[in-house]
Amino acid sequence: MIEVDVRLTLGVFTLDVAFENGQGVTALFGQSGSGKSLTLGLIAGLMRPDQGYIKLDGEALVDVAQGVFVRMHRRRIGLVFQDSNLFPHLSVRQNLLFGRWFAPRGDREIDFDAVIETLGIGKLLSRPPARLSGGERQRVAIGRALLSSPKLLLFDEPLAALDMERKLEILPLIERLRDEFKVPMVYVSHAIEEVVRLAACIVVIEAGRVKAIGSPGEVFGAMATQSAEDRFDRSSVLTMKVCGANAAYGLTELKHPSGTVWLAGPAGPIGGEARIIINATNVVLSLQPPHNLSVRSVLSGSVEAVETSGPLATVEIALKGEGHLFAMATRHALDELGLERGSPVFALIKTSALDERKMGAVTRL
Amino acid sequence: MLDFSPSALADLSPAEWTAIWLSLRIATVATIASLPFGIFTAYALARWRFPGKTIVNGIVHLPLVLPPVVTGFILLILLGRKGVFGAFLADIGIVLSFRWTGAAVACAVMGFPLMVRAMRLSFEAIDRRLELAAGTLGASRIWTFFLVSLPLAIPGIVVGAILAFAKALGEFGATITFVSNIPGETQTISAAIYTYTQVPGGDESAMRLTVVAIAIALVALIASEIIQRMAEKRVASIE
Repeated sequence: MIEVDVRLTLGVFTLDVAFENGQGVTALFGQSGSGKSLTLGLIAGLMRPDQGYIKLDGEALVDVAQGVFVRMHRRRIGLVFQDSNLFPHLSVRQNLLFGRWFAPRGDREIDFDAVIETLGIGKLLSRPPARLSGGERQRVAIGRALLSSPKLLLFDEPLAALDMERKLEILPLIERLRDEFKVPMVYVSHAIEEVVRLAACIVVIEAGRVKAIGSPGEVFGAMATQSAEDRFDRSSVLTMKVCGANAAYGLTELKHPSGTVWLAGPAGPIGGEARIIINATNVVLSLQPPHNLSVRSVLSGSVEAVETSGPLATVEIALKGEGHLFAMATRHALDELGLERGSPVFALIKTSALDERKMGAVTRL
Repeated sequence: MLDFSPSALADLSPAEWTAIWLSLRIATVATIASLPFGIFTAYALARWRFPGKTIVNGIVHLPLVLPPVVTGFILLILLGRKGVFGAFLADIGIVLSFRWTGAAVACAVMGFPLMVRAMRLSFEAIDRRLELAAGTLGASRIWTFFLVSLPLAIPGIVVGAILAFAKALGEFGATITFVSNIPGETQTISAAIYTYTQVPGGDESAMRLTVVAIAIALVALIASEIIQRMAEKRVASIE
């Protein structure tokens, strides 16, 4: 259980955030410069807030009013940086054991071999960090933080410095750590696909303030209606049920009360849940179910709102059952189809646009 | 005639040998004794913020810009038998003036700015986030210093120590002012060469000691190069 309520002024920037979360992964989501990394720094104890408190499992790490400030090395909070920050003069094994050595003997709950196994770094143990690839380095950094048996594990954009392939390799590892080792995590990122995939609770931070808190569906559904600095970034998050697989074609069938979405590739065990992110530019609107079209993923609902900007319009569709979906179309098309608030509509989604990185398989929430 | 051959070493007189051994002893003691202070000062200047930092930095660097004779005279005022601290030290049995230990103090003071400069640069070059990472992993500041900062600064510490050692070997002005030029006690290679050049027929002795001085300097430089390369390999930065 992490409770944060802090204020800090640095020059012209003011951070004023409050949130709390009990279980699993809390994501701090926002643009760079929004103050999310600063918040992480305050939790880790890298600096002090001007006012407020941070509590972990009811114990104050910092409480300005009470004059409490626990030094960072006594907080037992692991931090994984954007660039791994491995100690260059120590071997991988020595790096991994660094934090473990400082953990009180009785608290070394995390098993060394289990971490090595999960992260797949067994063969790297005797190497110096200089002889690791970027992805390997980050895996070791995650292992190092985890092996200090922290009460809370912080991630500061851990994948931002990696290429897409490495991201896809490490993201599932973080998911496994979350599920296997049960360490609560706070994950900072500006990448929507990462936070949707990992987090149970998303705290949206903008200009030093909390703008929204909630589950990925709640947060991103609401956010898209409020701001759209970049309309091509407007996405919807849907939670769907994994229903079956078409092995012959390598597809996974995801069910929603409003229809079916086919996904290229696996999405976790059948019966589990998966979150998908659908970019508004990949949605086509139709008045009828599609015929003679290549599209196989269709969701139905009714138009809830239309927002125009120049020749384009964003349509918010209330899906049957639950959830909202955004679609981009030209104003011209909407007028010809006669789409307005309340019109029933079919949303056609290109399966090929739902690539793996936009897909979050969340099975054990 | 000038003789640079190794066999010239065999011709070294006992007095010349004494000067060589004394020089090496003084330089070694001066370097080793000032090492902890140098490391501490360099780290403090590199990492801490404290009032009067500029003044401390200035005082550390003063011997570099002051005429050595002035530094020597200040040492005499402070640490001489009747000096401000010297009188107290004499009471507890430590006499520095006109002793080889005093020469070591003079050499240490003269080499200190060079030592601190090299080490400070090395500490400043360490990525702060490595120290923060150590902190989040549970290492207190002292542990972080000994497990992360110090090992990573080894190349600079080696360079600083070698520079101080070289400076100590060559020190002349401050030493001769503070502890004079007493054969067998405070007469280093430099002082001995100076003395030989002042007496008729001393040129040969001066030349032999010059060859020795060059040899020692070369060995020190090559050793530092090797140690530094080894240390740098060990702490090769990740890019």
